[in-house]
Amino acid sequence: MASVEVLEANAAVTRTKTRKGKLWKHRSLLILALPGILLMFINNYLPMFGIFLAFKDLNYTEGIWGSKWIGLNNFKFLFASNDAWRIIRHTIFYNLAFLVINTVLAIFLAILLNEVKNRVLSKFFQSTIILPNFISMVIVGYLVFGFLNPELGFVNKFILEPLGYEPVNWYAAPEHWSYILTIVNAWKNVGYAAILYLAAIIGIDQEYYEAALIDGAGRWKQMTKITIPLIAPVIIVLTLLAIGRIFNADFGLFYQATMASGMLKETTDVIDTYVYNALLVTGDTGLASSAGLLQSVVGFVLIISVNLIVRKFSKENALF
Amino acid sequence: MPTKKRTNPLILVVLSLFSLACIIPFWLVLTVSISDENEVLRNGYSFWPEKFSFVAYQYLIQDSGTIVRAYGVSIFVTVVGVIASLFVTSAMAYSLSRRDFPLRGALSIYILITMLFSGGLLPWYLVYTRLLHVQDTLLALIIPGLIGGFNVIIMRTFFTTSIPPSLIDSAQIDGAGDYRTYFSIILPLSLPVMATIGLFITVSYWNDWFTSLVFIQNEKLYSLQYLLNKTLMNASFLQTIANKAYSSTAQITQPLESIRMAMAMVAIGPLVLVFPFLQKYFVKGLTVGAVKG
Repeated sequence: MASVEVLEANAAVTRTKTRKGKLWKHRSLLILALPGILLMFINNYLPMFGIFLAFKDLNYTEGIWGSKWIGLNNFKFLFASNDAWRIIRHTIFYNLAFLVINTVLAIFLAILLNEVKNRVLSKFFQSTIILPNFISMVIVGYLVFGFLNPELGFVNKFILEPLGYEPVNWYAAPEHWSYILTIVNAWKNVGYAAILYLAAIIGIDQEYYEAALIDGAGRWKQMTKITIPLIAPVIIVLTLLAIGRIFNADFGLFYQATMASGMLKETTDVIDTYVYNALLVTGDTGLASSAGLLQSVVGFVLIISVNLIVRKFSKENALF
Repeated sequence: MPTKKRTNPLILVVLSLFSLACIIPFWLVLTVSISDENEVLRNGYSFWPEKFSFVAYQYLIQDSGTIVRAYGVSIFVTVVGVIASLFVTSAMAYSLSRRDFPLRGALSIYILITMLFSGGLLPWYLVYTRLLHVQDTLLALIIPGLIGGFNVIIMRTFFTTSIPPSLIDSAQIDGAGDYRTYFSIILPLSLPVMATIGLFITVSYWNDWFTSLVFIQNEKLYSLQYLLNKTLMNASFLQTIANKAYSSTAQITQPLESIRMAMAMVAIGPLVLVFPFLQKYFVKGLTVGAVKG
């Protein structure tokens, strides 16, 4: 009996040993994590501390610390110029259009892919539709240019000209670009989403379909009553995550596909291209920092709220 | 939907059209790159060359210096970046996966915050240019991609689910320290997740042009993607490349159109050749990434 008491007392001592002691024991784990911690500090945390720059009149000669505080003046400029509403509107509308079109197309493709019985053929289709996801936006810029080059491009030379239409100077015609960008985005990203949905469909228990067949359900019924309802959680989660990022545009798409043409801004300027231009082309750091901070804050609020909703649907897909 | 052996031909037709739509832009670029320049200037970019010519590729071989150099930069950045990134990511993920690590919770929150909030482009740019002063060095192309919260979380999930804790315990009872456990038990057992994440990091380094756009002015440090970006957007840059190749010859019209597309092909070619072999891991990675995050 006495020995048990001694053991318990010992255990109590080890339990009360300080956190510091435990940390010392595991110092090697801390050292293993250290490079990652430092890199995140540099790449993510230091820029976060830099958000106060949005309230300064940044002046490189006076340095970051020497620059004057100007309160909300940067934001006043941003909103006074009408730019703010334009780029916010573009960012949200493009992202919504991409989301709806890509989701519908991807589910459609995934259902079709699931119907292909021949394995080799199925792999071939999957490989080709995922290929665009594998290449860089720079290459995408070349491919778009192949079609839209105003003098030599395929669309002007082989579609519009033979049909008797005037050739279009695409890179100076903003009215077409909401369609072009939507198509390019779908071309690049639908394959990826289709593979995700295909994985979800393959995971559906075959017994549902067998039971449906016995009940005499046709293919359309099977699709609308079994496949889509059963992959609904995946659709909802992916959609919510996309909504969480609705304030972030795909800079590569809007920069490379348009070949950064200034004449298209009217329909293609989004927050990310605007911030880039303000910072590195026109050098207007006030606009760059205020638009950037706006994007970060709204993005943060969106991600947090979306995550709360995702947790309701499926906990394991939530970020935290 | 099962039980039927043959696939509906209509489905095959629709899928074939989708596949074609994904491949055909590449075909257009390829065709222009192997077409006779005068033919291209007269007829435009077509899907079938009326007159074959490999002059554009000859130009690129003549002045292979620029492209070879850009390839070199891309390969160097990718190889160093991927190796360093896999090490940093897996080491952090391993610490995070150990239930007895006292800072586990704090570290999780530390990583999570980086995934939720970003300081934006301007402060990020200033950190690298005004604080670290790495602009116009290869470090500027390597450091930003070294660590990502999602990759750490995916790896941690792999470590906690696929490596039995008893294995770690028994190694430690046998006297292996944490480093030893990490290097001789965790790493060898994590090849699948390393391959998947490694491939993703490889693709993102290889395809990266944004960090060059922001940080690189020195032409000698142009990566392949950024060189292509310059050639596409800047006609005079394309001209200088063509001039370098044929400065002394009497050729009057340089095949600029086909040179431009040939450059794109030189960059796409190797990637498309390795793609079928990597596709399996790529798809696996896409689905893994979706399950968590």
